[in-house]
Amino acid sequence: MSTATEETQGTTTDLLELAERVAGWAGTGEEVEVYVARGTETEVRAYDGEVESLTSATSAGIGVRVIVEHRLGFAWAGSLDESVLGETLEEARDNARFATPDDHVRLAGPDGVGAVPVDLWDEGLAAVPTERKVALALDLEARARAADARIRQVSSADYGDGASESALVSTTGIRSSSRKTSGFLSVGVIAGEGDASQTGGGYSVGRGFDGLDPDRACQDAVTRAVRLLGATKGPSGRSTVVFDRRMATTLLSIVSSALSGEAVEKGRSFFAGRIGEQVGHPGLTLVDDPTDPRAYGAAAYDAEGLACRRNVLIESGILQGFLYDTVSGSRAGVASTGSAVRGGYAGTPSPGCRALTLAPGPEGYDEDGVLGAVGEGLFVQSMTGVHSGVNPISGDFSVGAEGLMIRDGRLAEPVREITVASTLQRMLLSLVAVGADVEWLPSIAAGQTLAIGDMQVSGV
Amino acid sequence: MIDTPVLERVLAEALRNGGDFAEVFAEDRSNSSATLDDGRVEELSSGRERGAGIRVVTGETTGFAHTADLSERGLLRAAEAASAVARSGGGSRSVDVGHLSGSGVTGPSGDRPTPTTGSKADALELLQRADEAARASGDAVSQVQAGFGTSRRQVLIANSDGLLAGDEQARTRFSVSCVALGDTGMQTGYETAARTLGFELFDEVSVEELAGTAASQALTKLAARPAPSGELPVVLAGGSGGILFHEACGHGLEADHIVKDASVYTGKVGELVASPLVTLVDDGTVGSEWGTFQVDDEGRAAQRNVLIENGVLTDYLWDYLRARKEGRASSGNGRRQSYRDLPMVRMTNTFLLPGVDDADEIVAQTQRGVYVAKLGGGQVNTTTGDFVFGMTMAYLIEDGKITEPLRDANLIGNGPEILKRIDAVATDFSMTPGTCGKDGQSVPVGCGQATMRLTGVTIGGTAE
Repeated sequence: MSTATEETQGTTTDLLELAERVAGWAGTGEEVEVYVARGTETEVRAYDGEVESLTSATSAGIGVRVIVEHRLGFAWAGSLDESVLGETLEEARDNARFATPDDHVRLAGPDGVGAVPVDLWDEGLAAVPTERKVALALDLEARARAADARIRQVSSADYGDGASESALVSTTGIRSSSRKTSGFLSVGVIAGEGDASQTGGGYSVGRGFDGLDPDRACQDAVTRAVRLLGATKGPSGRSTVVFDRRMATTLLSIVSSALSGEAVEKGRSFFAGRIGEQVGHPGLTLVDDPTDPRAYGAAAYDAEGLACRRNVLIESGILQGFLYDTVSGSRAGVASTGSAVRGGYAGTPSPGCRALTLAPGPEGYDEDGVLGAVGEGLFVQSMTGVHSGVNPISGDFSVGAEGLMIRDGRLAEPVREITVASTLQRMLLSLVAVGADVEWLPSIAAGQTLAIGDMQVSGV
Repeated sequence: MIDTPVLERVLAEALRNGGDFAEVFAEDRSNSSATLDDGRVEELSSGRERGAGIRVVTGETTGFAHTADLSERGLLRAAEAASAVARSGGGSRSVDVGHLSGSGVTGPSGDRPTPTTGSKADALELLQRADEAARASGDAVSQVQAGFGTSRRQVLIANSDGLLAGDEQARTRFSVSCVALGDTGMQTGYETAARTLGFELFDEVSVEELAGTAASQALTKLAARPAPSGELPVVLAGGSGGILFHEACGHGLEADHIVKDASVYTGKVGELVASPLVTLVDDGTVGSEWGTFQVDDEGRAAQRNVLIENGVLTDYLWDYLRARKEGRASSGNGRRQSYRDLPMVRMTNTFLLPGVDDADEIVAQTQRGVYVAKLGGGQVNTTTGDFVFGMTMAYLIEDGKITEPLRDANLIGNGPEILKRIDAVATDFSMTPGTCGKDGQSVPVGCGQATMRLTGVTIGGTAE
């Protein structure tokens, strides 16, 4: 049995028992993994001083993987009703009959690595009455409208929270459970001056209700929208580009897909075959550490029930390794790095990051520090077309951008309708500065101001 | 799925505290998919979910709750939760559904043939054939992934206006993605076929052809040079070029953006917003296209809506809630990802009507520019109109001829400006499937157009 048992939390006991019961239905020669999850959510959207919508929801489901003679089958159902449990197992079993036999296909087994407990559950959230959530959403909207005379519309003002619990049991000795709560405020504003309009978004996130900060969300949204007013299409040319903290999380998330052991094993990563080589600037050290409780993606267990752990991916620009789940690890001849992730009960595990950070540069820069060090360049506060213009296999990178010019180390006039392009390979080598202003945003990567040199800006 | 008397009792419960409108949306969906990757059938997956979303509208406020429990008890509990937003205390009120004209539960596929179901073994054979065809396209093809997915979705909608409607939708897709490895690194190719059909999709689509096209994109791009940086004329080949209209104006014409004054097209009905060559249509009734259905997720029949006619903006896209505010009818564009989501204004199949020009002639008359054979996707800010769209297969045009292939890059423009820069539209119309994401919900859509030219667009490449 895995070390998980001791960490079991009270409320998930029934989920563990349920998973255990279904796994117990495994036939001879079958390996079975059962993942069960349930959750509740509340969402309030405010508009023009009223509640535009109030959503309350509960959901639950099961995902079953069956391996018979090295063949894997999967099935899921959006319900934990007694009648669907057996059906789901049976369907997974039937699906397994059609897969190609593969010696590397296996379920995780206990690997002796102890989990680092992380407390992701806010006991107080369940007791917060809906009226207070509604009031907070209305307050958020009102603050955003009043924040600046140039705010002419609040296009969205949302409060949301959720609580989710899951349990994982396998015939190979895995028994783990986890639960977490989350809360967020999110606001979108439109600033206007004359005919011109610009948009900005801001948010505040936490593990629960308390600590959510409407002022911070509004300030972020309003600042972003207002400072873009008057933006014109920027100039073309080579430039150093500073990505703000929020954009930096997007960049790291893209790079992370090339660090997946599965992508590497299947020849879909530009990092394949380069361990030990210089793939980045000597100042670039990249670590995935879900055991850091401050990380939004912190977790004790991965999606196969193994302990999450700290994995160093790039150190001083040298590629150290990749992230593996059990199957991709087996293909590579290494153990899982405890990095399996899955998109809920309807998804199967694959390796991925949860909490990427870059080691801050020795100067300890905040955003202003990075801008000062860069001197002249482009500051990017929003990007579009990341899914259509970035290819993590070839490394081609081209995105739409909005932001401000950097002149004399300070933010200057706003620009819009430009693109910023390079290749991911070149960007890693062209790192100019990494800020120490680490902020754990709702992402698999931390936010910290980043400067990258020698990018092509296309505008006028 | 749910008996009419139960629906009536649930709607009555939903309006117990008052409210102007209540609706039950029930859904039963089953999916199955299979992936062949790295030469192996890695995973067959099946899933099933069913549930109902209940909303109550009172004044400007919507209460929404959903449940996976379709028993009367489960539905009544969700109705009670959704009704919490209404406090006017309406008292008991009886609801009678099915009397509204246009009501009626549509059969599995209306007047179309019943969708067929292929066996798991049939699907795997298609995947194998695609894998072989892609690998046979060239030695440099280093990796192939082929995916098959099919879904059946039964929906039932009842509301307090008396509507009772339903639909059964079958959708099937097949995709191939290839990696080619050369001296300059790796390049990728991707093709997908997707229709509102069952297994008979494969009567119309050759998986070998699909695989060959995906492989050839990856192989061709091994010799690609960096895309230009800066403004050039662009010729968009028919089909995926329709993404331009989806982004450049489609989203901006969705009434939820309009009523919040969050679109550059607010207040522009009757005005010239595009080149006179542009007649743009959104039509949920087109054949078996990916965005086709019989009734939308609010029970309204799909219809053909002309949005722009000869360059003049004629109308927006509407769902029930936004149309009701304006005292008009929905345009059949209320859609949702699942019973867990509130409906929103969404596009269906959005396309530019063909013109009169000859596609080859358009290229021949372009001195220097970029020919985009395939677009991969895009994104728009409806408030500013700024949008991007990504080219995944493109070539330089030099002296009126298509020459060297280009590496992937985004193009950027402003919707209202770009629509005025269309100076030629050909006759070779085709459609392409896509997935449209909005506010966290994804729905299947179609895009289409014939080969056309833009006099200038900013290309976000790396070549100076």
